[in-house]
Amino acid sequence: MDKALITVKDLNFFYGKHHALKNINMSVQKNKITSLIGPSGCGKTTLLRCFNRMHDLYPNNRYEGEIVMNGANILAPEADTIELRSSMGMVFQKPTPFPMSIADNIAYGPRLKGVKNKAILAEKVERALRQAALWDEVKDRLNSSANSLSGGQQQRLVIARALAVDPAVILFDEPTSALDPISTTKIEELMVELQDDVTILIVTHNMQQAARISNYTAFMYLGEIIEMDETNTIFTRPKVKMTEDYVMGRFG
Amino acid sequence: MRSRKLTNLIALTISALCAAVGLFFLFFILFDVLRNGISSINWALFTQDPAPPFGDSAGGLRNAFVGQGILTLVAVIIGVPLGMLGGTFLAEYGRFSKVGRVVSVLSDIAVSMPSIVIGTFVYAILVKPLHTFNGWAGAAALAVIMLPVIIRTTEDMMRLVPWTLREAAFALGAPYHKVIIQIVYKAASRGIFTGILLAIARIAGETAPLLFTSFNNNFFSLDMTEPMPSLTVTIYQYAASPYDSWVQMAWAAAFVITFFILILNIAGRLWIKR
Repeated sequence: MDKALITVKDLNFFYGKHHALKNINMSVQKNKITSLIGPSGCGKTTLLRCFNRMHDLYPNNRYEGEIVMNGANILAPEADTIELRSSMGMVFQKPTPFPMSIADNIAYGPRLKGVKNKAILAEKVERALRQAALWDEVKDRLNSSANSLSGGQQQRLVIARALAVDPAVILFDEPTSALDPISTTKIEELMVELQDDVTILIVTHNMQQAARISNYTAFMYLGEIIEMDETNTIFTRPKVKMTEDYVMGRFG
Repeated sequence: MRSRKLTNLIALTISALCAAVGLFFLFFILFDVLRNGISSINWALFTQDPAPPFGDSAGGLRNAFVGQGILTLVAVIIGVPLGMLGGTFLAEYGRFSKVGRVVSVLSDIAVSMPSIVIGTFVYAILVKPLHTFNGWAGAAALAVIMLPVIIRTTEDMMRLVPWTLREAAFALGAPYHKVIIQIVYKAASRGIFTGILLAIARIAGETAPLLFTSFNNNFFSLDMTEPMPSLTVTIYQYAASPYDSWVQMAWAAAFVITFFILILNIAGRLWIKR
């Protein structure tokens, strides 16, 4: 039986006056992959960015409801966003290597947490790069610029950077939509392997991707979760007609 | 069809001609300064202080070179950190605030503010109350001139850094000041550095704001509370003097300062392209 790591209770989210998420209730199972699918503008990225409170960076954004993780509401005003974010990695659509060396990119998170010992940092860098299946490709050029890597390598570097702080969760926001098919396959395989260590939430436009890699799928439309279930059920015998139409490619 | 091609040809010819006229005067000035200046360049120019116009030795402009260097350096020390912090506020902390937008527009206007206005402003607050021209006032005037240039380039360069890069750093749990210092400055460093170089090039050739502030000094001086010699004001005074030897030295000084600024500009632009 799967165990819920995060529970979302009656979440509403507003961009100023725009009511972007409506009464979201869902749970994210520990060490599983959960995907959020739905047509453009349905709020899946908005929902994803609630989990690490990325919306706090911009004015006039407002949350209502709760997201409970380890017994605490992470949306509470007194919750420490820095603490929260360092336990929750995020990977974006476009690779975001920092303008520094490969090794410094990976060591960025641990350094933020105060790790200064060079041997420990080097060990963390190697472990994270191995976890992200990038070590063999970059081990001879750890000190060269991260911008010299290919797009697919950069995306795996970003995943390794997130892994280096031993996060409980990694949020993926369309991580392969800017990549070629081979890089996409590598990242998908990587996500499946990583489940043993982290819980994964992924937003994807690609329904096949959701079907291939995720254990649970939530179908969203106009800011609401229409249906959420095990991926198999969503794709083979959904309960709601709209879900069926979407996964069959009849609209979206 | 034919008339469109003809219009194109005419437009092309006119714009090429205008460009040629502009370039002609640029090279005319550069060539003239080179021709007149290079013959007066000698070791004494950099190692000796001015001599009376009728003496055996023409003397040199050591005082003016050193004074110009000090004025520029102090202006940079005041102007660069202030300008960078101001630009950082506009691009980061103040990006959603009305104040930020107003300051941004004002500094845009201030970039093209006549430097003599800045000179008189500094005169009113740093010279008049002290009853003497002084080096600090000169450096302050130059700093005020470079301030909006640096604010604007810093802001523009930092805005060019994609937001997702900042979000990626925030997502790792970085506080805002670390995101700015470790990520944004690093990503924008080349552009900001170029902006600083161009701002230095801008103030190195200023005369008007120094006339009312540091004035000039025919003697070697390191005392910032006294009138401070500068190359540009020296050129202004020597070139207008009736003495041939002084006019020659003005040419030499003009040559040095022109090519210094030219090199700074070229270096700045090459740096951007790299």
